[in-house]
Amino acid sequence: MRYLPKSPSERQEMLAAIGVKSVEDLFSSIPEPYRLKKPLNLPGPFSETELIQYFQARAAENSAGYTSFLGAGVYNHLRSVVTDTILQRGEFLTSYTPYQAEISQGTLQAIFEFQTLMCQLTGQDVANASMYDGSTATTEAVLMAERLTGKRRVLVARSVHPEYRDVLRTYAKNSGLKIEEISYTALGTVDSNGLKAALRDDVCAVVVQSPNFFGAIENLPSLADAAHGSGALLVTAVAEALSLGIVKPPAEADIVAMEAQSFGLAPSYGGPFAGVVATREKFVRQMPGRLAGQTTDQDGRRGFVLTLATREQHIRREKATSNICTNQALCALAATVHLTLLGKEGIREMAEHNLAKAQYTLQALEEIPGVKRTFSAPFFNEFTVEFPRSVKIVNAGLAKDKIVGPFVLGSAYPEFSKHALVCVTETTPRGEIERFVASVKRILEQPL
Amino acid sequence: MAYPKQFRYTKEHEWVDAKDGNARIGITDYAQHELGDVVFVELPAAGAALTAGKTFGSVESVKAVSDIYAPASGEVIEANTVLQNKPELINTDPHGEGWLVKVKLANPAELNSLMDAPGYEAYIEEKKKEASA
Amino acid sequence: MNSKIKKASRHTNQNSGLIFEKSSPGKRAFDLPPLDVPAVDAAKVLGGAHRRGGVEGFPEVSEIEVIRHFTRLSTWNYAIDLGMYPLGSCTMKYNPRVNEFVARLAGLATEHPSQPQELSQGCLKILSLLEKCLLEITGMDVITLQPAAGAQGELTGLLLIRAYNEKRGNPRKKVLIPDSAHGTNPATAVIAGYEVENIKSNSEGQVDIDKLREQVTEDVAALMITNPSTLGIFEQQIPEIAEILHRKGALLYMDGANMNALAGVTRPGELGVDVMHLNLHKTFSTPHGGGGPGAGPVAMKKILEPFLPVPVLVEKADGNLALDFHRKESIGRVKAFSGNFGVLVRALAYILAYGPGIRQATEDAVLNANYIRRHLEGTFDLPYARPSMHEVVFSDALQKKNGVNTMDIAKRLIDYGFHPYTTAFPLIVPGALMIEPTESEDKEECDLFIEAMKSIAQEAEKNPEVVRTAPHTTRVRRLDEVGAARKPILRWKPAASRREAAD
Repeated sequence: MRYLPKSPSERQEMLAAIGVKSVEDLFSSIPEPYRLKKPLNLPGPFSETELIQYFQARAAENSAGYTSFLGAGVYNHLRSVVTDTILQRGEFLTSYTPYQAEISQGTLQAIFEFQTLMCQLTGQDVANASMYDGSTATTEAVLMAERLTGKRRVLVARSVHPEYRDVLRTYAKNSGLKIEEISYTALGTVDSNGLKAALRDDVCAVVVQSPNFFGAIENLPSLADAAHGSGALLVTAVAEALSLGIVKPPAEADIVAMEAQSFGLAPSYGGPFAGVVATREKFVRQMPGRLAGQTTDQDGRRGFVLTLATREQHIRREKATSNICTNQALCALAATVHLTLLGKEGIREMAEHNLAKAQYTLQALEEIPGVKRTFSAPFFNEFTVEFPRSVKIVNAGLAKDKIVGPFVLGSAYPEFSKHALVCVTETTPRGEIERFVASVKRILEQPL
Repeated sequence: MAYPKQFRYTKEHEWVDAKDGNARIGITDYAQHELGDVVFVELPAAGAALTAGKTFGSVESVKAVSDIYAPASGEVIEANTVLQNKPELINTDPHGEGWLVKVKLANPAELNSLMDAPGYEAYIEEKKKEASA
Repeated sequence: MNSKIKKASRHTNQNSGLIFEKSSPGKRAFDLPPLDVPAVDAAKVLGGAHRRGGVEGFPEVSEIEVIRHFTRLSTWNYAIDLGMYPLGSCTMKYNPRVNEFVARLAGLATEHPSQPQELSQGCLKILSLLEKCLLEITGMDVITLQPAAGAQGELTGLLLIRAYNEKRGNPRKKVLIPDSAHGTNPATAVIAGYEVENIKSNSEGQVDIDKLREQVTEDVAALMITNPSTLGIFEQQIPEIAEILHRKGALLYMDGANMNALAGVTRPGELGVDVMHLNLHKTFSTPHGGGGPGAGPVAMKKILEPFLPVPVLVEKADGNLALDFHRKESIGRVKAFSGNFGVLVRALAYILAYGPGIRQATEDAVLNANYIRRHLEGTFDLPYARPSMHEVVFSDALQKKNGVNTMDIAKRLIDYGFHPYTTAFPLIVPGALMIEPTESEDKEECDLFIEAMKSIAQEAEKNPEVVRTAPHTTRVRRLDEVGAARKPILRWKPAASRREAAD
């Protein structure tokens, strides 16, 4: 087998050196009735060629050739080939967690750079070396707020990504946290009156997302004031991180939980991505996840190490701040390389393209009779529209035109039966936007 | 390092220096040696209540965290905030400048059940023997 | 350089500062195609939410600087592509390159998790086949591919157990965990809302059956066991352990981190395990990438099926595959979207490459570990004499006499061209050397490792100082971890603000 570097004669040599006749003898500690007598019933073995053929065949059974207007927490953005060139280097791809700092300085410095970029982007003091994704980062941020305040009530905006809220609920069930939802207004943003009414001094966190699931940008300074007025922390989730290239960073938040997928990571049917928790310096010892810190070696050279490890599972065991062991190091590296390629001006320019294309699309859609913008708050690259008939019907028609239509808002918000969440990024050519709008118009003109 | 004769000691390696109903509490030289270089200390605020036998804070090194157990019950008068910036005092002077909290004792008689200096020295000799066995 | 060091030598290696230190206004590394719709005034559109200018502090460099910077950084790392990682419990095996290729295919890497299921049958077929293969390997009934890593898999497993017990009227309070367990086990149990009760290992490093009988009560929800244990030793009494638990209505959770000793040779489902997680980034070759991503599928017996996290992969009447989001008794969602799909693709590619011959990998892994054990027995103290499977645990007891401990030996191993073995656990072996070569090592690499370890043992006797102050040949020497923890510097700051901070 091509992944096994031993010849039959070498195996024999080694068995002889150990002093056993056959490799079977090395499994003698497994009680005999439980040792398998025949090979497992698995497909294969496949040669490299057959593997590629199998997966190419699967790839042909998906949405290749379609243009997509889906966002909803996973975004199509341009990725430079340079990112993969770096990621594919064996010294990054096949290296281990940098516990042995002397031979992991490449990984550690890259993490340090990632942490810095995340701070610059979010306006926070410290950021970790990544968590599994935005949904678990948000949950970890809430657990962190609980540890910091000792309080148990959590107020979560309904405009936070539905799947993020689901994950939070799963974790909260067993930690004694009480989750309550706060609604949204006609603007599409958090109902601050409803929030103020719900705030008492027993709230550990107010959780919002900006831009929120509807695409609307929240008024974070006023939400922060409301939260702080009752002794709660403001947790802000960011699902579309590219927005921070042109939207003010959530500096008023106490903890930011961000999904970095927009930076160099393909949608890949939902993962792997990279979540980030960023916060103020005074909270650093309650942060979950790995942290790379700068230090010096015995000769005074600058170097980097994993630090504040006592928060983590392998030392605190049952008192750990979280049970996270892996971080998404390779994904964080992709984000680091991507952001370095874009740079200070490039990220802004990419964000500007998104802003312009989304505006263009909305204006074109609004020219179709019966199509209305749902919310009036400013948005980045996602917005909500109402169709005169069900989104499912519209999307079925769009699919025939090889278009993956917008997210059916009703699937997560039962009060919206005809509303769609449309996402347009820099990857959508003008021609495709116009084709999409023309298709929608034609579908809506068809008799029911 | 010698173990001060007027201190009392716990099995979890805390020391208590009591006088007139008040006491200073810290961790022993043995404890700091086991921990290694201290990087961070978590202490209660003034006014916090201490319950004998329960944890009231922790001392962290790079590779380990040790909970600190209250040797006696009482109320915290003062925490040694100098340790925020100079946690290394616990290593260099664990019985002096490395003190953790000053408390008002609720029941000074609780200290009678703790070890005295010779008792503690014998106790850690036992521990060292066990470790190398 | 010591003439005994054969695997590695000194080498001129490029330096590189932080990317921010190379930055200079006006440089760009990536150009966008021109905007093909009318530009908009961002300040007008966004109002008060508008961020003026670019992101302050972001680097401004050219493409070649990006390539050079990260290429140089990469050359400072050790990697599987360079040589063995004898890291116990990590299973650092070869990451097949075809896995990278197929994961990146257009039509797989490009798919959006919310797109219509009719347009995702290819993705769903991959998930379905992977489920079937992992069930065949583990001997379990049902599986979820959702959890993003082993620790999340453990949490999912414990939440399943909790749901199962709650349905039967008694949520139970405790989880038993052996003192030899990996740190994620107790950390996870607490997050799942359980109390942790330690169970001591017996003198052979196995779960103490008599203690287990005493400790299993109706308050115990589960025992979390690793098999083989973290000592690399097969828990021979696992069927009895399962029986003791089941008699009191408790369940057996198996941490599948050590599946590399079992795949194709035995099946946890047949041993009495009720629920277990797998680490795809260990046994199933997905790359560690410097610390992740991974994936931690959870396989279980049918009794836990009602509680599966959503979404659940199902086959519809028309033969198409679908994701089912509406499961009444589900524990809920553990992660957004559908698991770490890119990692799952790689794991499937690995399994299909081996097919029924996957047993050969397990045999070679156990062969390599025993070969190393045989040659290092006597040189290093072996605290537990039972047969080793895919990993062996020594201790530094013999070297401690000269003031040399396991960390020192590990650091000196770096000078010999190897990554250190695992030093941090199991906790029941003070001064542990946990060694797992995996099946990816040829005889030559194993022999070089053995030679290196023997040489270091000699040095520990004749010249302990050189071991205690190792490594000597790396870019940086031992780093000040104490300083890093006392005064953490966790990001770069521009010089001006650093000066201010110092004042």
